Amino acid sequence: MLRFIVRRILQMIGVLFVLSILLFAWTRSLPGGPVDAICGERCNADQRQALRAQLGLDKSVPAQYWTFLTNAFQGKFGTSTGVLPGTDALDLFLKRLPATIELSFGAILIALVLGVPLGFLAAKRRGGWLDNTSVMTSLIGVAVPVFFIAYLLKYFLAIKYHVLPLQGRQDDIDATRVTGFFVLDGLLTQEWDAAWNALKHLVLPSIALSTIPFAVIFRITRASVLDVLDEDYVRTAEAKGLTSRTIRDRHVLRNAMLPVVTTLGLQIGALLGGAVLTERVFVWGGVGESLANAFSLKDYAVIQVFILMAAAGYVIINLLVDIMYAVIDPRVRTR
Amino acid sequence: MKVNRKASAIAAASVAALALASCASSDRDSGGDSSGDSGGGTFTFGAAGAPASFDPFYGTDGETFRPARQIFETLVDFKPGTADLAPGLATKWTPSNGGKTWTFDLKSGVKFTDGTPFNADAVCKNFTRMFDQNEAGQTAASYWADNMGGFKSKGAAEALYKSCAAKGANQVVLEISRPTSKFPALLGLPSFSMQSPTAMDKYKANQITPQGDGYTYSEYAKSHPTGTGKFKLDKYDEANKTITLVRNDAYAGEKAKPAKLVFKIIPDESSRRQALQAGTIDGYDLPNPVDWPTLKKDYNLAIRPAFNLLYLGFNPKANPALKDLKVRQALMYAINREGFVKAQLPEGAKVATQWIPDTVDGYNSGVTQYGYDVNKAKQLLKEAGQPNPTIKLWYPSEVSRPYMPDPQKVFQAVKADWEKAGVKVQPVTKPWNGGYLTSTDQGQADAFFLGWTGDYNTADNFVANFFGSPGGAFGVDGYPFGQTLLKEIKDADGIVDSAQRKSAYETLMGKLMKDYMVGLPISSSPPALVFAKNVSGVVPSPLTAEDFSTAVKK
Repeated sequence: MLRFIVRRILQMIGVLFVLSILLFAWTRSLPGGPVDAICGERCNADQRQALRAQLGLDKSVPAQYWTFLTNAFQGKFGTSTGVLPGTDALDLFLKRLPATIELSFGAILIALVLGVPLGFLAAKRRGGWLDNTSVMTSLIGVAVPVFFIAYLLKYFLAIKYHVLPLQGRQDDIDATRVTGFFVLDGLLTQEWDAAWNALKHLVLPSIALSTIPFAVIFRITRASVLDVLDEDYVRTAEAKGLTSRTIRDRHVLRNAMLPVVTTLGLQIGALLGGAVLTERVFVWGGVGESLANAFSLKDYAVIQVFILMAAAGYVIINLLVDIMYAVIDPRVRTR
Repeated sequence: MKVNRKASAIAAASVAALALASCASSDRDSGGDSSGDSGGGTFTFGAAGAPASFDPFYGTDGETFRPARQIFETLVDFKPGTADLAPGLATKWTPSNGGKTWTFDLKSGVKFTDGTPFNADAVCKNFTRMFDQNEAGQTAASYWADNMGGFKSKGAAEALYKSCAAKGANQVVLEISRPTSKFPALLGLPSFSMQSPTAMDKYKANQITPQGDGYTYSEYAKSHPTGTGKFKLDKYDEANKTITLVRNDAYAGEKAKPAKLVFKIIPDESSRRQALQAGTIDGYDLPNPVDWPTLKKDYNLAIRPAFNLLYLGFNPKANPALKDLKVRQALMYAINREGFVKAQLPEGAKVATQWIPDTVDGYNSGVTQYGYDVNKAKQLLKEAGQPNPTIKLWYPSEVSRPYMPDPQKVFQAVKADWEKAGVKVQPVTKPWNGGYLTSTDQGQADAFFLGWTGDYNTADNFVANFFGSPGGAFGVDGYPFGQTLLKEIKDADGIVDSAQRKSAYETLMGKLMKDYMVGLPISSSPPALVFAKNVSGVVPSPLTAEDFSTAVKK
C-alpha cells in the first residue's frame, strides 16, 4: 500500500512539472499581460519597458521559467498583480481555498444526503412514481445551467422575499478569523451569531452548486443498486432469511457504493478546482472567482498557481479515492 | 469491536476539536468602546476590485485611490463637485521666483491618526520619501514619475521637484526646477497624500520589492496607512473581501457623518446591482449606462460632471495616406458625432469640439467645427487624390471605460460613417489589457480609439498626455509640424502668468483643430454612481474623488 502511495505521489510531481511548463509557455504567449494591466492608458513606451525589465518579463521564456522554478523552490510562487495585488499567489490560493472547500462541502453534503437514499429507494421501487420524479429532477439538475438556477434562487429567496442572504460569505459582522472556514471559526470562537450568519450565506450557493453532483450521485447510486439487486448473493441472502435491513446495509449498499465513491471523488476534485460560475454569481471569494478574475486581469502568477493547485488537488483526491476502495472492498487491498 | 472503533473515532475527533478550540479565541471587545457609539451608522459601498495597497503613493487605479481618499488628505484639495483648486492641508500658497518657488501655509493643530503632529517637518519628510525611492519604487510610483519626472538616484537633474524646506512649524517652501501649469494642482492627486512619517518609518513604507510578476508591498501599505483624514483603516478582511474604515474622532474639522465606512468588493457588475436591490450595499460605482433609466426609477443616480474625453487618433507613420491634412479632415467631416452621442452615449454626454473639456482654462469657443458633411468629405478625398483610402481602424475589446462604455458601438458607428464617404475600413481589435494598449502605444494603429479622464484642471494634463512626446500612439514626429507642436505644448505649460498661459492654450486649441488635426475629439461622457433612495450627501466629483464623510442615510 505504501509503495502504491509513494508511486502515485511521484507520478503526481511529474504531472505537475509538465503542467507547469505548459502553463508557463501558454500564459506568456497570451497578448498583453501584467504590464498592460498595471499601466492602463497611463504609461508611455519607456515606462512600459522599465516595468517589463523590472518584472523580468523582457527575458526569454525559458529564462523566465527558470526564475519561476528557482523562486518556487524557495516557496515564492510569484506575486498577484490584479486579484489581490502584492500577495504571493500560493498564499492567495491558501486564503481562497477555505471558501471553496466550505462551499464544496455544503454542495456535496446536500448531494449525498439527497442522492444516495433517493437513488436507493428509486432502484428498490423501479418504475414507481418516486423513481420517475427523481429521475426527472436529476435530469433538470444536469440540464439547466448552474448560473440560471443561482439567479432564480437569488431573485426569489434573497431579493424578493429576504429569506436568505444574497451573496458573499458573511455580513459585515465583527468575526474572528481562525481557520478561514467561517462556520467553523464561529463555532471555535463561540461567536454563534457569526457562525449562524456564515451558515445562512452558505445555503443558496450550496443548493445551486449541488444540482449537478446530486444528479450524478443519484443516477450512479440508482444504477449501481439496480445491478447489485440482481446479483446472486443478494438472492442467497434473502433465501437465508436475513432481515431486509442486514441485506440493505451489508450486501446491497456496501457493494453498490464503489462506483459512487469513484464519482464522488471526481466530483469533489472538480469542485475544489473552484466553481467559477456559482462563486462568481454569489461573489463567494473562493478559488473559482479568483481564477476568473485573474484571467480578466491578466494576473499570470495567480493563473499559474491556481491551475497547478487545482490539478494537484484532483490528483490527491483521486489518490484518496483509491485508498477508500481498499477500505470498502477488501479484495483491492491484496492487489 | 465495531462500537469501539466508532467510539474511538468520535473521541479522536472531539480531542482534535477541543485542541483547535483551545487555541482559538474571540477577538471581540466585550465592552462597547469600539467605534460606532456616537451614532451615524454604517455606510457600505460596492467596489469593483481590490485596492493594490493602502499606500496611494504607489497607486495607479481608482480602486486604490477610493479608500485612500477617505484616509488621507493632500496639501491642496478640490472644491466638491468640481476640478477647481481649494485649500487642503495648506490654507494658502504663493509663488515667487518666476513660479519656481512655492510657499505653503499649513493648517495648524492637525494630527495624524497615530497622534503625531502634521507640520512643516512632516510635509518635507513626505517629499523626501517620495523623491528617494529604490528601483522598484521608481517604477511603481508612476504618478510621481509622470508628474515630477525623476527621482533622487535616477533622473534628479530632469525632475520637476527640487527641494523642500520647513520655515517654522507651519510654513513649507517647495522649489521646483521650472515653472509649470501643473503646479500646485498636481499636489491634489491622491498619490501625493500626506502620510505620517513616524508610521511610515515604523512599518517600513519604502520597502517595495519586485517578486515574480508583481510587487510586494510593505507592512505599512498593507495594514498601517496613517493619514490626517476623516476616516482611518480598521481592518481589511481579505477572506470576506471587505475593507472597514472607522471615523477619525480626533479629526480637527467637521467630523465624518458615518461612524463606519465599508467597501465591499464585488467584481461582477450585475451582482453589485443585486446587492443594492437587496439592500446589502448603499451604493456602487460605475453602473452600466444601459441600466441608467431603470436604476433612476428606484435609486438615486448621481451623474458626475463629465471630465473626460474620447478621441479618435491618427498615426501618419502607420499609414502614410494620413500625412495629408485633407485626408484627415475628410475623415472627420465624415463622422456623425451628434448622431453617435445621441444614440449611443448616456444622458449628459456631449460632442467634444476640442482636446479639453469646456471647464478647463484654455478652452477656445472659436475653434473650427467639423459638422457632419459626407459630400465635403468626398470632395476633400478627391482633392487629395485618394477617393477610397484604406484605413485600419483599431478598437479595444474586453473593456468598458468611463468615456467609452461600449467600444464596439463606437467602432461600428465610425465604420458605417466612413464607408458612406467611400473609405475602406479594415477592423482590428485586441483585448484592452491583451495588446491594445501596447500596440497603439507602439504606434502600430492607423486610427484608434482612446480616451482620458482628467487628473486636475489644466490643459497640460490633457494635451501633454496625448501628444506631448514624440512617437507614441499619435506618432507626432511623423508630421512635418511635429517638432513645432511638441515645443508649443511644452512652452505653454511653462508660462507663469495665468492670463498669458490661458491665451497660449486657446491659440494651441485653435491650431490643433485646424492646422494640425492629429485626431478627432469625439465626446465627453459622464460616468455615474448610484445610491439607494435613502442616501444623500455624497457629491459626485468629476475627478471621481468622492468624499464619503458627508454621506447621510435616512
